[in-house]
Amino acid sequence: MSLATNSRREFLKTGSLAMLAAVLAPHMVMAEEADVKAAIEKLYAGKSMASGKIKLDLPQIAENGLVVPVGIEIESPMTDGDYVKAVHIFADGNPLPGVISYKFTPDCGKASASARMRLARTQNIVAVAEMSNGSLFTAKQEVKVTIGGCGG
Amino acid sequence: MISRREFLQATAAASAIVTAGGLGPLGRVAAQQKLSQAEILRFDPLGKLTIVHVTDIHAQLMPLYFREPDINLGVGDDRGRPPHLTGQAFRDYFKIASGSAEDYALTHSDFVALAKNYGRMGGMDRIATVINAIRSERGADNVLLLDGGDTWQGSWTTLQTKGQDMVDVMSALKVDAMTSHWEFTLGAERVKEIADKAPFAFLAQNIRSVEWQEPVFKARQTYERGGAKVAVIGQAFPRTPIANPRWMIADWEFGIRENELIKEVADARAEGADIVVLLSHNGFDVDRKLASRVKGIDVILTAHTHDAMPGVLKVGDAILVATGSHGKFVSRIDLDVRDKKVAGFRYKLLPIFSDAIAPDAAMKAMIEKIRAPYAQDLSRELARTESLLYRRGNFNGTYDDLICNAMLKERDAEIALSPGFRWGGTLVPGDAITFESLSNATAMTYPNCYRMEMSGKQLRDILEDVADNIFHPDPYFQGGGDMVRVGGMGYAIDVSKPVNQRISNMTLLKTGQPIDPARNYVVAGWASVNEGTQGPPIWEVVQKHLADVKTVRLEPNASVKVSGA
Repeated sequence: MSLATNSRREFLKTGSLAMLAAVLAPHMVMAEEADVKAAIEKLYAGKSMASGKIKLDLPQIAENGLVVPVGIEIESPMTDGDYVKAVHIFADGNPLPGVISYKFTPDCGKASASARMRLARTQNIVAVAEMSNGSLFTAKQEVKVTIGGCGG
Repeated sequence: MISRREFLQATAAASAIVTAGGLGPLGRVAAQQKLSQAEILRFDPLGKLTIVHVTDIHAQLMPLYFREPDINLGVGDDRGRPPHLTGQAFRDYFKIASGSAEDYALTHSDFVALAKNYGRMGGMDRIATVINAIRSERGADNVLLLDGGDTWQGSWTTLQTKGQDMVDVMSALKVDAMTSHWEFTLGAERVKEIADKAPFAFLAQNIRSVEWQEPVFKARQTYERGGAKVAVIGQAFPRTPIANPRWMIADWEFGIRENELIKEVADARAEGADIVVLLSHNGFDVDRKLASRVKGIDVILTAHTHDAMPGVLKVGDAILVATGSHGKFVSRIDLDVRDKKVAGFRYKLLPIFSDAIAPDAAMKAMIEKIRAPYAQDLSRELARTESLLYRRGNFNGTYDDLICNAMLKERDAEIALSPGFRWGGTLVPGDAITFESLSNATAMTYPNCYRMEMSGKQLRDILEDVADNIFHPDPYFQGGGDMVRVGGMGYAIDVSKPVNQRISNMTLLKTGQPIDPARNYVVAGWASVNEGTQGPPIWEVVQKHLADVKTVRLEPNASVKVSGA
């Protein structure tokens, strides 16, 4: 069987197959940094945010953009007088900026949680923590979503 | 980030060590035409403990030619620093004489002429001789033999036996522990099967089950050697599911996992380890960064990037060793361990000159037995080459050009893509291109040569993505390997730019026209990481091409213009 005669048929079969994973639908509109800012503004209009307290646990490079592990842990007591009230996670390169929101009570004992999210492309993940006294903290990390590699 | 001060210290330390040890006085010996086994083995012993490191053998049972890169760019903090030196810069840094045995073993310079002088390197029977000699000199109880991985891939015999030939050879060598990368392309089930049964430990602290985040392999093992408790932690290639088919290891997650490593080091110390060794497949630049962030590791045995250095680099208290690839070298490091610390050490990169080192008889017989069923296939002559055929280098190699030409012609494509692997031997002008040589450059478990249409934009995205994988200024974002090889298309690359700004002037060579982002091009390639890729194995495509051309003549490829280095 010659390769030349076989190639057209194989070509038709493989034509629809993406060589490398995670090629996006061409017309999908993605969120931008401004959309994340707007979403935060909607929750906490005009309030200032400090860095610190939030430990974001994210891979630097996603092994699979479809299920990217995300973990948060907030350094804080969890007493009636001083606790973490809520944590929100945003992504600035997905169709919608919101990923997940957690509400905590002092009974939680610890403000930590983890989940899996889908990331459409390389983008920043932003976490905002709201403390019981109303103060806000934020953290940001970029996660690289690669279309494939040639390691070796 | 490594500070300027650290850099200067490291440089000074490396230079000092090179002067004291390095390859030893081989240059002088070679000049006197006395490249002897005794000279290669000569070592002024220190302390009681010896660690022997081999890595990235890529299943090369037999001696071969392997030309080191003529371009090996470092970026960010690693720019212009060892191991990112080639040719004269490498000789200057490591104080190597031009035309010497070290020069032949460690650089690309004048390769064809020096290959004739110094011959092939490697061969597991020669490596067996060297290891046996070290064990008999030091006492077997004082020697720890560690394999950095990429051992069960890269030859026809290992592909046909699903890695068994190398498992048997490494078991016979009495390897104590290994870690891994290409092994995983045999599939999760096969790797588990071998790891469970092998007489050596298969260590990887950085692999977890996707579902429960439970360790898949043992993270570390402690050995009592030379009167010391030596904890060895395994670090598999962190980017395996990105660089290689994830579907083959779908239930496992990798990553560098620095926090888990910090805990392993602490646990090892708490359990009484005198010293901690990281048996790593991270790649050199990743390990250099890691050494500046994870404290308490005494020795890092690096791998993956195939760098060979005739001296170690110190980052803080950690000693970084780079042993090269394809069985060309064996590293020996003697350690004087006192009060749970390395009080002193002595290092030598032993070059395995196959004509100087006598093969170990038992290992030679074992290799012959392994190869016998495939002997006819392996020796089959496909064509002859009048050009130097090599692969290693950041952008192109003539062996890859040959593979790309074969794909363009046999698959009737406008553009060919060939992965930037760093494995595969070298042929010198006049050599026969045997099936063995071709399989050394192609033998792997996802060899299908696809043919499909890609838009100009998709092609650009691929080049940008792969370039970012090599030239990201933060080593933790680098995946190793070299730039994807391209046939039928030229481009320019500025390695100093950020992602999506490095590639420009993409040109279809056939017409001289710029690549149109909106137009579709017929592209052939191989080693796709996607499941179900169709097409003949790449070695069949190249074989057919070689049967047509009979003699290979390849001019150096000038279609990639590099800047920003």
